[in-house]
Amino acid sequence: MNPTTFPGRALGEASSRPGLSVDRLGGVIAVLIGIAVFAAPFVTYRANRIVAGEARMLVEAVSPILAGAVLAAALLAAVAAVVVQQPWLRLGAAALGLMVVTPSVGAAAWFLTPPGNTFARISPALGFWLLALALGLLVADSLTRLRLGPWARLAALAVAAAFVALLVLSGAWNGLSILKEYATRADGFWREARQHLFLALGSLLAACLVGLPLGILCHRAPRLRAAILPVLSIVQTIPSIALFGILMVPLGYLAATVPLAAEVGIRGIGGAPALVALFLYSLLPIVGNTVVGLAQVPAAVVEAARGMGLSDRQRLTQIELPLALPVILTGIRIVLVQNLGLATVAALIGGGGFGTFVFQGIGQTAIDLVLLGAIPTVALAFTAAVILDAAIDLANGHD
Amino acid sequence: MSRGSVLLRASALLLLVAFVTAPDLFAPVFEPLTVNGAPAIYNQGSLLTLTLAHLATVFGATLASTVVAVLLGIFVTRPMGMEFLPLSRSLVNIGQTFPPIAVLAIAVPLVGFGAKPTLIALFLYGLLPIFENTLTGLTQVSPLTLEAAKGMGMSPSRRLLEVELPLAMPIILAGIRLSVVINLGTATIGSTVAAKGLGEVIIAGLQSNNTAFILQGGAVVALLAILIHDLFMTAERTMARKLGGVAATS
Repeated sequence: MNPTTFPGRALGEASSRPGLSVDRLGGVIAVLIGIAVFAAPFVTYRANRIVAGEARMLVEAVSPILAGAVLAAALLAAVAAVVVQQPWLRLGAAALGLMVVTPSVGAAAWFLTPPGNTFARISPALGFWLLALALGLLVADSLTRLRLGPWARLAALAVAAAFVALLVLSGAWNGLSILKEYATRADGFWREARQHLFLALGSLLAACLVGLPLGILCHRAPRLRAAILPVLSIVQTIPSIALFGILMVPLGYLAATVPLAAEVGIRGIGGAPALVALFLYSLLPIVGNTVVGLAQVPAAVVEAARGMGLSDRQRLTQIELPLALPVILTGIRIVLVQNLGLATVAALIGGGGFGTFVFQGIGQTAIDLVLLGAIPTVALAFTAAVILDAAIDLANGHD
Repeated sequence: MSRGSVLLRASALLLLVAFVTAPDLFAPVFEPLTVNGAPAIYNQGSLLTLTLAHLATVFGATLASTVVAVLLGIFVTRPMGMEFLPLSRSLVNIGQTFPPIAVLAIAVPLVGFGAKPTLIALFLYGLLPIFENTLTGLTQVSPLTLEAAKGMGMSPSRRLLEVELPLAMPIILAGIRLSVVINLGTATIGSTVAAKGLGEVIIAGLQSNNTAFILQGGAVVALLAILIHDLFMTAERTMARKLGGVAATS
């Protein structure tokens, strides 16, 4: 096979193809959409929150008019995926699809719940998830083709977040099982949300306060670097639940012997060991990336700054750190995404956070409770990644 | 490799083997960590069996991820799959923001308790670093090298097998290493959903408030991770040196 016989092998060529050629990626998306609307159940109906569910196809799950609308929007997106090349049009079709499909799963919940029944549970099923996945793929593909700058990506994130907030706050999803799980523990949800953010961001802040100076020291003293970096890499290999568990001992001892420590909330179980463990995991990426970032500042630039009469401190704050910033931010991105995920494990040692719902849900085999913990965790990690990626681009000077 | 570092590695391996085969020898070391006469050494099963089960889970899942991820990586860098390349890059970025615990937690209700959800979570999570590195490795092969191979009359499949894959191998290995090390840690969490593995030891320790157990489970996993990490690094460096390129770092 000679590669040159293939049209559209690179992105640039793909957009210059004649209007009605078939897009293979679009074909995959269209097949997914077809399976989702015609061959997979749209929602699951359960008589109560833990019994096995019964599948309901799209046409049985919502009123005929709404089913028609969902079908039309889904097929429009499928056609756009296959024949339309213009990224903005593809994005528009996918967004329209999501705007019709996401509220209708909420509508299905109202439609299927018998009046006055408070036990019945409706959850999105395979068909809905596949449809959301296919439309999400189309959105991701169009956004990739558009090669948006950092500000545009942040704007897209804000629009998506506003849309989800609107769906939740308007009550359109209130009939769904996951929001019923939320409704019975609304106070607890926000308490765990605050705790989750406190664990992830608090440990990140502490790691920056310690890791940045340590990284600068390591950059200047190669001996210190050779001693510290291997230790920090070993810390990373300790499994999270073991590190949480091991830290319970010294902290419990500290609380028992130093009254002040106990007063400020340091105890063997709970948030303190989790916070310390996350802090320890965060050190390697921050120290390591600070060292790499500083090392790649060209020696000539530092020399020139010295020639201009800048003091040691001025060189560091005005020349070296700003030039190392993108690499340091990459370290912070790794840490933040990693900590938002690992904070879930804190629930195992009484440290709270969204993991509380995940592990309760696993214990009760209640999938919607698991999702109540897992979805916000994924959403937070995703948001953090998009924001920090944009910040890294901005620090690199791409507007 | 210096003699000191060889010695250090050999003793770490020896310590690990001695501990999992005859843990009772180490009882005096762990005794100070227990209270109220609790057992100092994990006594609810054989450490050796658990270690082997842990390794089997991790290697089984990583092997499957490697096969799938490398094949996918090859597909999207061939002319017929090029259309999928930009999207698959973004998907890898998005996928890596998923915490492994969330993947595990979502798999449980779908396939039930036991080894299955752990295997699925490890497999899915392991795909991403390997796929990402396969892409990086295959796309950074210099066009001049490929042109030269073509000029020599090599067919596309021979170019792939004899030029591109060998040149990309150190970077692909680095991806496999990342997956294995992450999976060794994540597999311990699998024990909360009743998968057999070293997480059982840690969780038994957390439940009975016995630090000695927590430390034993954690130490065995950490030693395994360090040794495996080291083995991969050595392989990557040797391979990169053979290729005459720079050693793969980090």
